[in-house]
Amino acid sequence: MSKTRKPKLAVWKFASCDGCQLSLLDCEDELLTVASILEIANFAEATRTVLKGPYDLSLVEGSITTPHDAERIHQIRRMSKHLVTIGACANAGGIQALRNFRDVNEFISAVYASPEFISTLAKSTPISDHVHVDFELRGCPIDKKQLLEVVQAFLQGRKPRTPAHSVCVECKLRGTVCVMVSKGMPCLGPVTYAGCGALCPSYHRGCFGCFGPKETVNTASLAAWLASHGVSRIDRVDAFRGFSAWSDAFRKESEAQERGEGVEHA
Amino acid sequence: MSAGTTTAPTYRTLTVPQLDQLLSALCKEGYLTIGPTVGDAAIVYDEIRSTKDLPRGYTDEQEAGSYRLRENAQGYFAYITPVQSAKQYLHPPRQHLWEAVKDSEGFHILPDPPANTRYAFVGLRPCELRAIEIQDRVFLTEPFVAQHYKALRQAAFLIVAQCTRAGATCFCQSMGTGPAARGGFDLALTEFPEEATFLLEIGTPRGQAIVDAIGCAEAPEEMVEQARARQSQAALQMGRRLDTEELPKQLGSSYSSGRWEQIARRCLSCGNCTMVCPTCFCTNVEDTASLTGDHAGRWQRWDSCFTSELSYIHGGVVRKSTASRYRQWLLHKLCTWHEQFGESGCVGCGRCITWCPVGIDITEEAQALRQAH
Repeated sequence: MSKTRKPKLAVWKFASCDGCQLSLLDCEDELLTVASILEIANFAEATRTVLKGPYDLSLVEGSITTPHDAERIHQIRRMSKHLVTIGACANAGGIQALRNFRDVNEFISAVYASPEFISTLAKSTPISDHVHVDFELRGCPIDKKQLLEVVQAFLQGRKPRTPAHSVCVECKLRGTVCVMVSKGMPCLGPVTYAGCGALCPSYHRGCFGCFGPKETVNTASLAAWLASHGVSRIDRVDAFRGFSAWSDAFRKESEAQERGEGVEHA
Repeated sequence: MSAGTTTAPTYRTLTVPQLDQLLSALCKEGYLTIGPTVGDAAIVYDEIRSTKDLPRGYTDEQEAGSYRLRENAQGYFAYITPVQSAKQYLHPPRQHLWEAVKDSEGFHILPDPPANTRYAFVGLRPCELRAIEIQDRVFLTEPFVAQHYKALRQAAFLIVAQCTRAGATCFCQSMGTGPAARGGFDLALTEFPEEATFLLEIGTPRGQAIVDAIGCAEAPEEMVEQARARQSQAALQMGRRLDTEELPKQLGSSYSSGRWEQIARRCLSCGNCTMVCPTCFCTNVEDTASLTGDHAGRWQRWDSCFTSELSYIHGGVVRKSTASRYRQWLLHKLCTWHEQFGESGCVGCGRCITWCPVGIDITEEAQALRQAH
């Protein structure tokens, strides 16, 4: 690679809402700098111009839901030096992974007038189920500052700094009073990966778990708390079946709640 | 400790208008006055300008994993403990350390000079005052002095609000840190809410100077006695207790206790206990760099022994399990802190009990571990 050549950036879309890739356009103050140091080679939300691969950095949004996409992700992997997945769909299958808990054919026959035209997979799966992923950026949507951090880290050849601790730490750093303790409000903060800056608790709402499970997660203890604070079993199942429903930890907990398992709090 | 020799305590009476004068005088001297106020359905520390900002009539009910603000009290300092402690200001969650700039001649490191903010804390609880003294030992012991902490700490003016009642998660009596402070402050107040007056205790010459300018009357002997009696009353109301006799020694042999795994079943490893603890001091260092790579910054950020990152060294994470993280925290607080700093790392404020979402109680766990001994 010539020293003067700018690294090529490609943005790819699979089953998703486009919100994560729009986070890149949302970096208004930094966008010109990004464009000056990276060659935007493929980014349908920004430009019709498509430059040929290979690409130095591929940002992949969305989950794999069709046989066609299951093929396409392999092509993209082959063309990409670094592949970074962005958002809950790409990392955990997204909200569309709710289909994974039911029979997809029943949905198809209920929703579409001509189900025979629909070609879809039984499950919505994360990109890492199909190809090697170099880094996963969490969020639903991702945080634009964290996206810039990932791009910077790639350019500087270092590991991105996206701490895996709880949203609780972010509440405490910003001085937000705990909604669970002070209001008895259900909140997924203690089991959720940080990165949003504790957005919902700062607006007096419990965390919805958008960023998926944190490291060393204890969903069973939180589920017991929810039960002891009047959250019904069906609502406890739903609490873990959000945007990261198919992540390992949240899937196991929602299934355990569905089976009526759980620990009691003293 | 920061304002020279302590004078013999002298007692004055302070009215509410005089407390306002005191706050104005501190502002005029360039202090940023931080005190308790109602925010976010809780008593929090924030900037206060006058007694109107104080949480008059409010109190709080605290239990393991529960905090509720109540509006049924008399007085300005009728609450138990604010959500956070002075740590939020003296050892802030994020601290810029230095930045580096790259130009044609290479890299230059530009140090960030310590902040010149002069905080005046109004209404510190005695346990919080002791927590500051404990952090002093951590940050100000030679040769490793934290310059940012030192600058903020030395400039700080400390006004204590002595406790005349205790909450359900308080155990300062056990830890010998309250309910009354006997030194280490510039001024200390004991509230007499039914008369809307305070007994004012002067702790330092600079405290004396600011009080002399207001011209408070000397307090009668019986007011001093009454204040002592009210403080003793608080000592009887402690909702929790911790038997500290031989505690570090007995906990020191609890490493392989099965209790740690039991706690880990409830523990969320969320880190809340360490964030609200007024003595927990662990930090991480984060480097930032601009997109163009010509500007870099280094930040210090609060970290917690409940994260995997804190014990990450070359080759992996040392404390992988929640049990090992809780053990590290409790044993450091009550056992190894003695070896490291010659005192306990716990002041008995009860914050870790109240603000643990699942209500894990350090006094209960320490007692259970001791019994297993």
